[in-house]
Amino acid sequence: MNTSFDFEKPIADLQQQIEKVKQVAEKTKVDMSSTLAELEANLEATKQRIYTNLNGWQNVQISRHPDRPYTLQYIEMICDDFIELHGDRTVKDDKAIVGGFATIDGQTVMIIGHQKGTNTKLRQFRNFGMANPEGYRKALRLMRLAEKFNKPVITFIDTPGAYPGLEAEERGQGEAIARNLLEMSVLKVPVLCFVVGEGASGGALGIGIGDKVYMLEHTWYSVISPESCSSILWRSWDFKEKAAEVLKLTAEDMHANGLVDGIIPEPLGGAHHDPQKMAETIKSKILEDLTTLKGKDIDQVISERIEKFCAMGVVLE
Amino acid sequence: MAWFKREKKGIITSTQEKKEAPDGIWNKCPECKKPLHYAEQVENKYVCHYCNYHLRIGSKEYFSVLFDNNEFTELFPALRSGDPLNFNDNKKYTDRLEESNKKTGLIDAIRSGHGKIDGQDLVIACMDFNFIGGSMGSVVGEKIARSIDYCIQHRIPFLMISKSGGARMMEAAFSLMQMAKTSAKLALLSKARIPYISLLTDPTTGGVTASYAMLGDVNIAEPGALIGFAGPRVIKETIKKDLPKGFQTSEFVLEHGFLDFIVDRRQMKEKLATFLKMMNN
Repeated sequence: MNTSFDFEKPIADLQQQIEKVKQVAEKTKVDMSSTLAELEANLEATKQRIYTNLNGWQNVQISRHPDRPYTLQYIEMICDDFIELHGDRTVKDDKAIVGGFATIDGQTVMIIGHQKGTNTKLRQFRNFGMANPEGYRKALRLMRLAEKFNKPVITFIDTPGAYPGLEAEERGQGEAIARNLLEMSVLKVPVLCFVVGEGASGGALGIGIGDKVYMLEHTWYSVISPESCSSILWRSWDFKEKAAEVLKLTAEDMHANGLVDGIIPEPLGGAHHDPQKMAETIKSKILEDLTTLKGKDIDQVISERIEKFCAMGVVLE
Repeated sequence: MAWFKREKKGIITSTQEKKEAPDGIWNKCPECKKPLHYAEQVENKYVCHYCNYHLRIGSKEYFSVLFDNNEFTELFPALRSGDPLNFNDNKKYTDRLEESNKKTGLIDAIRSGHGKIDGQDLVIACMDFNFIGGSMGSVVGEKIARSIDYCIQHRIPFLMISKSGGARMMEAAFSLMQMAKTSAKLALLSKARIPYISLLTDPTTGGVTASYAMLGDVNIAEPGALIGFAGPRVIKETIKKDLPKGFQTSEFVLEHGFLDFIVDRRQMKEKLATFLKMMNN
């Protein structure tokens, strides 16, 4: 799918211009390489200027780009082997959260993540990445399995929120998320979390308690989506840009506020411009962190994890 | 032509002669609309004696209902909200806080106290819905976290009374992380084998349900309370169907296995005391 956003128009215009010049050069056999070089340089500069100055809402748009890689694609690019495991052993298998054992450079890990679909049919099949309680319970089951066999846990977060449905309530959406928060905070193996797309509220946090929590450069993470925030504060969806600003939901803001541990740079224009490169960056981060965390006493790791989350928040006394 | 005609327009009684009915002596049950006398209400633990509706009450009332002789030491009373994001929609967050403080006399949406019920020590943290919808921001999270630390240190059981619309939007991701903070602390409380009772009251939704409210060793609720993760309006919009009668009430949540029992406010103290006795001996 060739989706581009309003703010990317100058780039598209330049690309078109370059195409045209190339065609003319081809036709007339006139040497236009200097013009081309100039345009290419201009294009690079424009890209640089636009993609390094994105505001909150523009980052939200990029985080939702339909071509962005999702969990299974990352697994394919990062891991040597992967065995997907299914089901929460109680109700069913949630398709919005996937997980299983994988090896990265020979190390076995448990990878769990939200999964969105890549076309209309699959998007429905994956419930748009919105998990039901079964999804969170499957995730917890897999984490316990990882704990039992002493394998680190890696999660990929990309969800517009936990599913607000009738059955979800009947089966305890709140309890499922709450249980994960509690259990993950004392899980006896290292846990790494990556926000690779949308990080919406409890649905994201439900697999997001880690020793290191990273956000990719153009993702967002907050207590509510900008649209819902806009509809609550201004009774209309038209203020989503403003909502995205006031929520301070970008990777930069979240890191500055000490709510995530780091920002993973994306290829220029976003992960979908070069998924392979994105995957390599994530992979090297995983390997680096696993080396450090595996060298530490696990009780120490857990108490640091708890202390980190307990230090979040601003109160006056 | 109308049957009755007002000849003089507007209020004509002068301010000096204005007669006021004393405020709050009588009010109406929101459920059955019958008039309730204040003294009777207190006597009846703020439950309507006609229809058993449990009036929405705050920490002050819950403490008086539960603690022996209404005696308790308030814990961490000075904690108040910062404004980490400089949040401003149509109103500045700091103004909103100040306004709520003036209206309710509270500093934030939670108070915590250490007292005795039937002679047994208990720490109660209780949310106040009147303060910005009982929303959970940094103060709520921090006060719960410190109350839990206090319980671990002194080995005292913990009762959490939830009454909240969920996370506080004006603290955005900071409030989200309070879910992580409180749940992590509860893991430590659990490890220390100190009983944690979670009491869910009307309403308990959103991030509060998805963290400490659902993590009790026993989860209990008052009758007829709205309890859920997503709000009914959001669910209705999502599934585009009407919701069944009684959906997301305490009774519904009990039926689906997420509560241990529902307790009438008038029997609550006795039942809690019995439970504590069982845990303590």
